[in-house]
Amino acid sequence: MTLPAYNFAYLDEQTKRMIRRAILKGIAIPGYQVPFASREMPMPYGWGTGGVQVTAAILGPDDVLKVIDQGADDTTNAVSIRAFFAKTANVATTTKTAEATIIQTRHRIPEERLQAHQTIVFQVPIPEPLRFLEPRETETRVMHGLEEYGLVHVKLYEDIAQHGHIATTYAYPVKVEGRYVMDPSPIPKFDNPKLDRSPALQLFGAGREKRIYALPPFTQVTSLDFEDHPFTVQTFSRPCALCNATGVYMDEVVTDDRGGRMFVCSDTDHCETRQLHGHTGPGLPQLGEHASTEQETTR
Amino acid sequence: MTDPILSVRGLQKRYGAFIGCTDVSFDVWPGEVVAIVGESGSGKTTLLNCISGRLERSAGEIRYRMRDGRFPDLGDLSEAERRFLMRTDWGFVHQNPADGLRMRVSAGANVGERLMAVGERHYGDIRRTAGDWLSRVEIAAERIDDQPIAFSGGMRQRLQIARNLVTHPRLIFMDEPTGGLDVSVQARVLDLLRGLVTDLSLAVVIVTHDLAVARLLSQRMIVMKGGHIVEAGLTDRVLDDPRHAYTQLLVASIPES
Amino acid sequence: MYVAVKGGEAAIEKAHRLLADRRRGDRSVPALSLEQIAGQLSLAVDRVMAEGSLYDPELAAMAVRQSRGDMIEAIFLIRAYRTTLPRFGATRPVETAAMRIERRVSATYKDIPGGQLLGPTFDYTHRLIDPEMAGDHPVEPGARRDVTEDAAYPRVTDILNGEGLIEPDIASDAEPGDLTRDPTGFPAGRDLRLQALARGDEGFLLSLGYSTQRGYGRTHPFVGEVRIGLVDLEIDLPELGFAVNIGAIRVTECQMVSQFKGGGEDGPRFTRGYGLVFGQSERKAMSMSLVDRALRADEFDENRAAPAQDEEFVLSHCDNVEATGFVEHLKLPHYVDFQAELDLLRMLRREHAADKTAETDRQEAAE
Repeated sequence: MTLPAYNFAYLDEQTKRMIRRAILKGIAIPGYQVPFASREMPMPYGWGTGGVQVTAAILGPDDVLKVIDQGADDTTNAVSIRAFFAKTANVATTTKTAEATIIQTRHRIPEERLQAHQTIVFQVPIPEPLRFLEPRETETRVMHGLEEYGLVHVKLYEDIAQHGHIATTYAYPVKVEGRYVMDPSPIPKFDNPKLDRSPALQLFGAGREKRIYALPPFTQVTSLDFEDHPFTVQTFSRPCALCNATGVYMDEVVTDDRGGRMFVCSDTDHCETRQLHGHTGPGLPQLGEHASTEQETTR
Repeated sequence: MTDPILSVRGLQKRYGAFIGCTDVSFDVWPGEVVAIVGESGSGKTTLLNCISGRLERSAGEIRYRMRDGRFPDLGDLSEAERRFLMRTDWGFVHQNPADGLRMRVSAGANVGERLMAVGERHYGDIRRTAGDWLSRVEIAAERIDDQPIAFSGGMRQRLQIARNLVTHPRLIFMDEPTGGLDVSVQARVLDLLRGLVTDLSLAVVIVTHDLAVARLLSQRMIVMKGGHIVEAGLTDRVLDDPRHAYTQLLVASIPES
Repeated sequence: MYVAVKGGEAAIEKAHRLLADRRRGDRSVPALSLEQIAGQLSLAVDRVMAEGSLYDPELAAMAVRQSRGDMIEAIFLIRAYRTTLPRFGATRPVETAAMRIERRVSATYKDIPGGQLLGPTFDYTHRLIDPEMAGDHPVEPGARRDVTEDAAYPRVTDILNGEGLIEPDIASDAEPGDLTRDPTGFPAGRDLRLQALARGDEGFLLSLGYSTQRGYGRTHPFVGEVRIGLVDLEIDLPELGFAVNIGAIRVTECQMVSQFKGGGEDGPRFTRGYGLVFGQSERKAMSMSLVDRALRADEFDENRAAPAQDEEFVLSHCDNVEATGFVEHLKLPHYVDFQAELDLLRMLRREHAADKTAETDRQEAAE
């Protein structure tokens, strides 16, 4: 029995070429979901196999890789994926957004604006934005083909009728260059505006569902809404407890079992960089003092 | 005289060796209601499904007058054009409202869906229009956020009609629209339909086995048997002076109104 | 001072160490050898090969050991390895009529040419826990039948086909699709469906097959034949100009004789459902053949309403490696999205409370 030996970045070159072709097609048709022959990866489906395959296909020896999950570099799955590429491709890794050439992410876009030389790779669980309105692939493909998107607005209409607000808070659907409705992956809608006209190349990989899609740099990305119920993002009413940042997405941290909460940057690199530059936040809130977050403003 | 809005020539639908309908030709003019009557198995529903694009025909021509005056065969339209017609210029009222409604979506959204599909993006306007249509079909305004699952059969059917009419279509297909309703409810829905058809000067092709429905709604009627048209003419003439033996039998079998 | 959860790397490393410890168990007990697993838990190994879609008993035994006996985890290990393997070529279609038979039963005929052979089956064992299993009691070797060179075991379906009573095997020179190399689209051909079913989860297919028997897509099945044994693998070598034998694998084949269909030039005849699985697994092969037949509903103009007849549903959900990954990924952190939901819910509740207060005020004012 011969024990396995693996190629640079795990995937064989044949597979990488196949994935690159799918990526190129995705770039040529922004927002269109390109089917690809997703491979079995050594991590489970749903844990970033799509993102890992895209990263493996575009990774070169000189790349500097950053991997985040929930905005943080040190969450276990991010650690695991970073270790995978450090081991199979021996590439440099970083936690610094500015230093990375490729950023693989699950559920967040870094706070720091991405640059033209960077590529961000999103891990996508369900690439089809119409899936929960129409379960059949055969039907959703026709709907995209013919631009039949009325159903998406039916969902938004129902939200407003029922709750007074659009009740989608993450994986908020967007329209790309006025054509394809696209799932931006389960990022909070807070991050949606960052997708629009980003100088970085944005790639999306869904391994289990076998789809790749892309936003080339400076692509127009609009979050769906109604004229009289415009798209809004979450805002947080107090700064980060650690670095005093405002206008960023926060994690709510439960500090005790008596209702104590504090809010800290979800983007750990952003927070640490600010702390290094001397910013300090108010720290742990006083007992019984309740932080609140729940306001929405138009962007 | 104006041109027909729909023109059918030599239409045939086969299921293998079985003939669903054959040699069917007729025209429909704007604002006119044409009833297709016959017993079950006569081919009337097959015919309706063919001309409304829900079923592939085996042979023949079906031409439709577009808003821009073109008169193409439906088979020459792209899938996108056909689907666009279906959600704007046409309506289809199913016998069972559940086939034509989203049962777990509010009445307002059921009516508003077509507006959103053609690009309406103002929630308040959509809701106002939906509310107007609900009142036109005699559904109370406060039911706008209720799902049709909570509606009675008659209300569902009226909601289905509103959902179809909101984009001001020019041609409506109806398949036994009162067939699934209690007799007491039928009258109200028929009355409503008659009013709307006149007010909006809709062209309608309605399939029914009920000659009373045909008499109430249609100006012309087509009698089908065994997949063929056996008689066609003005509704009053056909019902009062049926020429074909089969039509005579049909007419004789209903009580005098 | 709150410190963000750090040291994911160290935690993972320690978790893996503990896993290795638990896998090994009590060190005073000898470790399992691959020979023991492949030899004594061979049906587990067979399942891992079948659903891992890689025929390598030794590697499958390793996977079973590495996964502590978690079958889907073992299948996953094999799949992840398989995907990296280069393709040297494809064998000729295996000839199951020439199988070296170990077991073969037909439910449609009392006796068949070549005879019914029970083979190593659990059928007719009384399911009583055997105290001997607690120890290492001597076991008699199996009785061997005499095999003559010219012994023939024609497939029951071939016998039926000889009379024109069943749809023939569909001969095709078309290159079958490969769902591990090309993206699947719907509708998928029968080649891709069979491929997906052969790799599909045994439990899922069992339940679906069972559902067809209970009326959710009935197919009126009869087991024409189940046969288990070794088939030769032959590969064409262009340099030689003929096929060479590269070995043999054990497979289970089930031919389900199903609901007859009439009409056409050929008159009414039975239809087929087909199952073929690596190793010995009648349950899987039979379930597969039931589901295969149910999925052919459109081909025979049958009303397609039951889950087992729904190609998109069956093919999208039969793979246990995909299913387990996506179900289990729910334990990954989702706090960013959860935070977004919390915000919205708090706002809605605040508005709700305000509405209620306003309502109470109005009522009080009215009173």
